[in-house]
Amino acid sequence: MTPVQILFILVAAVTLGAALMVVNARNLVHAALWLIVSFGGVAVFYAMLNAGFLAVAQVVIYIGAIAILMIFAIMMTRNVAGDSSPRFNSSQIIGLVLALALFAGLVWMTLSWSGATTTPMPLDSRADPISQLGSALVSPDGYVLAFELASILLLGALVGALMIAWDRK
Amino acid sequence: MQTEQWLYIGVFLVLAPLLPAAAILIPRLIAPRKPNKIKQDTYECGMETVGETWIQFRVQYYIFALVFLIFDVELVFLYPWAVAFDVLPMFAVLEGVLFVAILIAGLVYAWRKGALEWR
Amino acid sequence: MSDPVTIIANWLEGLLLGWGLSPLLATIILNAIGILVMAALLLVLDIFLVWVERKVVARFQDRLGPNRLGPYGLIQPIADVIKLLIKEDITPRGADRLVYNLAPILTLATVLLLWAVIPIMPNVVGTDLNVGILYLVAVGAIATLAIIMAGWSSNNKYALLGAFRTVAQMISYEVPMVIALLIPVLLARSMGVSDIVYSQEVWYILVAPAAALIFLISSIAEIGRAPFDLVEAESEIVAGFHIEYTGMKFGLFYAGELLHALTIGALFAALFLGGWSGPGVQAVPVLGVFYLLIKAFFIYWVIMWIKYSLPRIRIDHMLNFNWKFLTPLALVLLLATAIADKALEGSTTVVYILVMLGLNIVLVLGALALARGYASKERQRVGEPKPVARPPQPTVIEQS
Repeated sequence: MTPVQILFILVAAVTLGAALMVVNARNLVHAALWLIVSFGGVAVFYAMLNAGFLAVAQVVIYIGAIAILMIFAIMMTRNVAGDSSPRFNSSQIIGLVLALALFAGLVWMTLSWSGATTTPMPLDSRADPISQLGSALVSPDGYVLAFELASILLLGALVGALMIAWDRK
Repeated sequence: MQTEQWLYIGVFLVLAPLLPAAAILIPRLIAPRKPNKIKQDTYECGMETVGETWIQFRVQYYIFALVFLIFDVELVFLYPWAVAFDVLPMFAVLEGVLFVAILIAGLVYAWRKGALEWR
Repeated sequence: MSDPVTIIANWLEGLLLGWGLSPLLATIILNAIGILVMAALLLVLDIFLVWVERKVVARFQDRLGPNRLGPYGLIQPIADVIKLLIKEDITPRGADRLVYNLAPILTLATVLLLWAVIPIMPNVVGTDLNVGILYLVAVGAIATLAIIMAGWSSNNKYALLGAFRTVAQMISYEVPMVIALLIPVLLARSMGVSDIVYSQEVWYILVAPAAALIFLISSIAEIGRAPFDLVEAESEIVAGFHIEYTGMKFGLFYAGELLHALTIGALFAALFLGGWSGPGVQAVPVLGVFYLLIKAFFIYWVIMWIKYSLPRIRIDHMLNFNWKFLTPLALVLLLATAIADKALEGSTTVVYILVMLGLNIVLVLGALALARGYASKERQRVGEPKPVARPPQPTVIEQS
């Protein structure tokens, strides 16, 4: 095994283990902290794929903003940290089957896609990938529509969230 | 080239906590340890603590985190745009301006709605 | 042209490869040595910063400061460190031990991590990441997390309140900070901090003074120094998120804050003051370190000057100032800079600088005029006589 493969297996184990702890932790804040470990593992994957921009964006957005938002949301609730109710209920078998079916479906879909088995063309190593990304985001034959729509979508998210959370009588 | 850079960051990530951790471990060896009940009490300027630590926070904190999240996501998108500035025509620059203008509309909405007031 | 760091690194690499190590292992060992040396130097500098801080605040307050231990009291910080090391370490009852111990470690570690992308002299930088600026923001996000961890795990109401105030302040001021950081990126067309330093033929403080100012203000808020120290207001929440920490664990928070302030200085120098550049730096690269440190310490001194001159602001003022003044100003500034930069393509450097400078000054003055109008209205509103509760008047019985 190459060092990269060993590193990949280690990081994957940490990421999956942390994700398991998220659903397994009895304390909500602990669950949020484990989720952050899991997010960090995903960022390491991006960095290992040389996708530096995605790696830092993952940390900035998921750890820096979404995790903080989650912890604030947990703190707004009234003492549910020490949840002592049983962790399994009668529908655990159905849940397990559904989860396995979903996972199998995803694996099947990925394998049936031609991009999953062919090696993509390497990027032009002389040009800065971030500069290429930047010009693709705003070029009319690139992703300009998606770029502007993302802005509208976020505006919609802001308005909607304020409507729900900030209901002043 | 890029791989080496991330290797450096990876090594740094592993090593950076070691020095502060050493600074915490040294007192373990040389500092006195005589815990007692009063000493380990929650510090509230001499008052005994009442009730649980878990207090319910106001919704205001959540609102600010929400507005911050929206801004954060939008601004991260703008970084590649700024890096590619040399090759962008004026038209593409104005697209970025439109992007920010929509962001400003969101800010104005939150402002008018009174969500930015601390009450 | 060569500098000692590169020479030593090349020599070590040759030595390690000569021992028959694989190139990957040699790189890792080389990186580790470089990182440990830099981190150790930074921590020594950090101890020295305690002395600088106490000496400067003493001068601001017309005192002498530490002057007993060693010449000019220089040994005082070492005594402080020994005291912190042998102080009993108390963990409060009900604290979440792992999270409680992890928080101070993370706080100092994140400050050290910032130095990975700060260029310290020509060709010498931890690593010239092509997403350097966003990396700095990402590391800052982990620092925010460390504060939540500290406040939550202490099992103390004041600590939790302090942590929430701190985090609300940090995430709020991150918005203008990220916008202000975008402006040097836009001017240099690169997110790499080294590229930004190299592209500053004219220091960016002349091209984007308003962005520099916004960066400085939001950075001060980010480290929670006065006037933004409501997060540790003694009269309200005693000490904020680190209330339960004693001994070296408290010391780490304190050291982290001091080193963070100096790091802000170094970042400000790299982004707006030309980093290591200065006269003669091409011939003698080592001079770059001194130039960078001089600039960083100047900004550090400015931060202290602000800290010891201004009173603490209230939480609603803190949030209003950010969301209703700094953020809109920064956004408009970004738009104006982007359009002007594109429109001025091909013009001479002098015209470019003058137009940019003028634009910045006009925008800041305009924003200040708007704020002044708002402030006078607000003063009138606050100054109006308030309805006062009076005891019910006894009814006077009319006499005929």
